[in-house]
Amino acid sequence: MEMSSRELWTVLHGMVFGAAYLLAFTGGFIAMWDFRSNWIVGEGVKVAARRLMVWTWAMAILAWLTVIVGTYVVYPWYRANPPPGTIGTPLMQYPKHLLLSDPHTAEWHEFGMEWKEHIAWLAPILATAVALLVTRYHERIAVDAHVRRALLTLYTLAFLTASVAGLMGALINKAAPVR
Amino acid sequence: MMGTPGESTEKTIPRIFPNGPIWSGILAAGIGCTALGALVDLAEASKSVSNALNFYNPTGDLSGKTLLAVIIWLVAWVVLHARWRNREIQSPGKIMMITLVLVFLALIAVFPPFFSLFASD
Repeated sequence: MEMSSRELWTVLHGMVFGAAYLLAFTGGFIAMWDFRSNWIVGEGVKVAARRLMVWTWAMAILAWLTVIVGTYVVYPWYRANPPPGTIGTPLMQYPKHLLLSDPHTAEWHEFGMEWKEHIAWLAPILATAVALLVTRYHERIAVDAHVRRALLTLYTLAFLTASVAGLMGALINKAAPVR
Repeated sequence: MMGTPGESTEKTIPRIFPNGPIWSGILAAGIGCTALGALVDLAEASKSVSNALNFYNPTGDLSGKTLLAVIIWLVAWVVLHARWRNREIQSPGKIMMITLVLVFLALIAVFPPFFSLFASD
């Protein structure tokens, strides 16, 4: 039942932030879908706008936390170079090199990690744009179907890009966990 | 594509805000995504670019690619916002289409089988 600090950071990066991200996306998507002037009126607009801001900012903040922890905490452990001549069990401390040491697992790095580390960074850009626009211009969003559809599209793209990264991360961590 | 403030794309839209600032944020997000894709491909194609983007050694060139993409996104947003803040965009569909093309280009650019075509070694 013991976990190393590296495993705890990896769980925080992939599972805690990831699960919360999924929840925030669901809440934000429903809140934005419902955020239209012919469905909500009067005081309801203010309440719905507040709810929409909370969900979209939650998703944006979680996206930043996930990529920053992933890039600057977990990734350096993943890509660290082993001392020359390291083979066998000690190589398990160096996941990238462990994967590359076997042609059967090299694709997990060359395809999986190379895709994950880049596509993940699209999510905070897209999610933050949505959160900022919702915060500043929600009155317009409530009455403008074009804008609402566009923001829903960006929001969904943010979720999908993060999902690809999350899936790749889970599979890579199964093949060569950061310990 | 542009009109004067207050001209709305739908009859029901009250004269609250012109839509220019919103579409500037949407288009800037597409530009930021494409910038990341372009930087990934450039770093793959050139070892010197990759080295130049290595802002933080434990993370390698990923640090530079992502930091520069974020800066390009924010600068694009500021510039577009300054130009469109009082405008009413009359063809929002075109802006959305351009944004989707930019995001699609970014998705292609960060896909390993694509960027490995430019591998320098």
